[in-house]
Amino acid sequence: MPKYDLLRIPLLRKTLESRWPQLILRAAALGGFAIAILAGLLGTRVGNHNFAIVVVWIAWWAALMLLAVPLLGRGWCAICPIPMPGEWLQNGAALGPVQDGSRHGRSLKRFPKSFRNIWMQNVAFTLLALFSAVILTRPSVTGWILLGMLLVAVGASLVYERRTFCRYICPVGGFIGLYSQLAPLELRVVDTKICAAHKEKSCYRGNAEGYGCPWDVFPGGLAVNTNCGLCMECLRTCEYDNIALNLRAPGADLDPPHGLKLDEAYKAFIMLGSALVYSAVMLGPWGALKTAAYSIGSPAWWGYALGLLVLIWGLLPGLFYLTTRAAQALAPVRLPPRKLFARYAAALIPLGLTAWIAFSISFVFANISYLWPVLSDPFGWGWDLFGTAGAGWTPYLSLAVPMLQVVVLLGGLFWSGRTAAKIAAEQGARRHVWPVTGFNTLVTIGLLWLLVG
Amino acid sequence: MMKSSPALLRNAVFLAAALLVAFAPLPLPQTPPAERTFRIDATQFAFAPAVLTVNPGDRVTIELTSLDVVHGLYLDGYDLQISADPGQTATMTFVADRAGSFRFRCAATCGDLHPFMIGKLHVGPNTLLWRSIGLALLAMFAAVMLGMPRLRKA
Repeated sequence: MPKYDLLRIPLLRKTLESRWPQLILRAAALGGFAIAILAGLLGTRVGNHNFAIVVVWIAWWAALMLLAVPLLGRGWCAICPIPMPGEWLQNGAALGPVQDGSRHGRSLKRFPKSFRNIWMQNVAFTLLALFSAVILTRPSVTGWILLGMLLVAVGASLVYERRTFCRYICPVGGFIGLYSQLAPLELRVVDTKICAAHKEKSCYRGNAEGYGCPWDVFPGGLAVNTNCGLCMECLRTCEYDNIALNLRAPGADLDPPHGLKLDEAYKAFIMLGSALVYSAVMLGPWGALKTAAYSIGSPAWWGYALGLLVLIWGLLPGLFYLTTRAAQALAPVRLPPRKLFARYAAALIPLGLTAWIAFSISFVFANISYLWPVLSDPFGWGWDLFGTAGAGWTPYLSLAVPMLQVVVLLGGLFWSGRTAAKIAAEQGARRHVWPVTGFNTLVTIGLLWLLVG
Repeated sequence: MMKSSPALLRNAVFLAAALLVAFAPLPLPQTPPAERTFRIDATQFAFAPAVLTVNPGDRVTIELTSLDVVHGLYLDGYDLQISADPGQTATMTFVADRAGSFRFRCAATCGDLHPFMIGKLHVGPNTLLWRSIGLALLAMFAAVMLGMPRLRKA
């Protein structure tokens, strides 16, 4: 499929070059974020009547997993409110640079090299997963978590240059980056030779028109979406109009697949394993499992926590490692086992995203009707701002949801199989595809059993 | 670019197989409809029993008894709902005329884990699950076989 540069549309180019539309969206998001924190800390204790729980964990999650990530990749990151206050303090401005953008942040440190990966994000997401039954249901805990993320982001912006929090710490940013490889949208340069010849590298360093890339990326070297936050600073700073925002075939970053680093490979397992665990805990009929996940500190919770950690950090990666060893035995290639493991982990990306979509479909359609009363009464204090406070709970599409889940999961399995086939083709070892796809199929059957069984 | 005839044939074979697995009628055992009554105890945050199994056509009565706070029961796919006050029993009766596996969930806010208080009603064999597993195996083969031309080039 040929790519189409959306920046050829003059209105869109002007809209994205201007800082105002983005600022308005981010300010609205920041307003919602602030209400979520306040509602979490001050509002009703009843989760499904509190703005913090319903808007963040149902409405925002639905928008993120069902629309933003599959269609726009890191599109959410472009308007995320969490790094905003820190960025304002770092830049000394809410809009464009008040002085030459290349002079900003010179006094700030680079994030330590040993942490310039997504291991911290993997750990942060694991911690959220361990306490998710409480975080997702108790407004005060959600409020503290959101406030904590805001403070950590501000702190990171004051000590370290650029968007260190987003790139290396944010528990959500890691998986958005991984799955953004599947999006039908990419920011790239039009001609890499222009970038190579451009000594100033203003897209990375900044100039009078804007800041150097907040995501610490040199756009001329972008090959995959993972670390591009679609913030559009490079569009503003590029002196040669050499930035393109391409519509492309979905998953073009996997065609051919770029090998994952070990931290990214682990992210794929953490996400896939979490989708399995969440499907069992939140959508399954096992009350004891739900209670175990909720009763933090109890022996049952320790059992749950141990099971989760073993599954996502040990069992799934371990089985996949054995799978790649079996592939190696079927058709030996000159690649260390660890690299082969990380390379084939790219095949888990489509399955992981579709697993989360399938899980979210069920959770979101059953609970999104809690949104209408909460919009009118965000704190649960008896307000009725829009006349919807009395709207009752109604699950939507309950008959269609299982079919949708099956279609999405099977699509993900097929996509993952094709990806595995491409990786095998790259290795010149066509037999590798069978064990890897067999692993994916077993995981898919497990998900099917949990979701529609 | 036009696809070659073998590629088109392969696609057609997989498509036909997928349609067969998805829609072919299955020889399911026929059992005469019966009256089935279930007493379900609801406590924070579980139904007991949480999994019910009936045959298609059965006339099903569910007696929901709440043992602690107010609980409800909403049955997906059938759009039926009841609510039981603490210590009380509420009843719903319906004909299980729709086969498959359906979630039932608490319909009255009963505490933090309320949205996750879920049970299952199986009406006959879960053909959606078995067909899905068949399609998953087919998808695995299709993904690999349809990737073969690329592999040959490699």
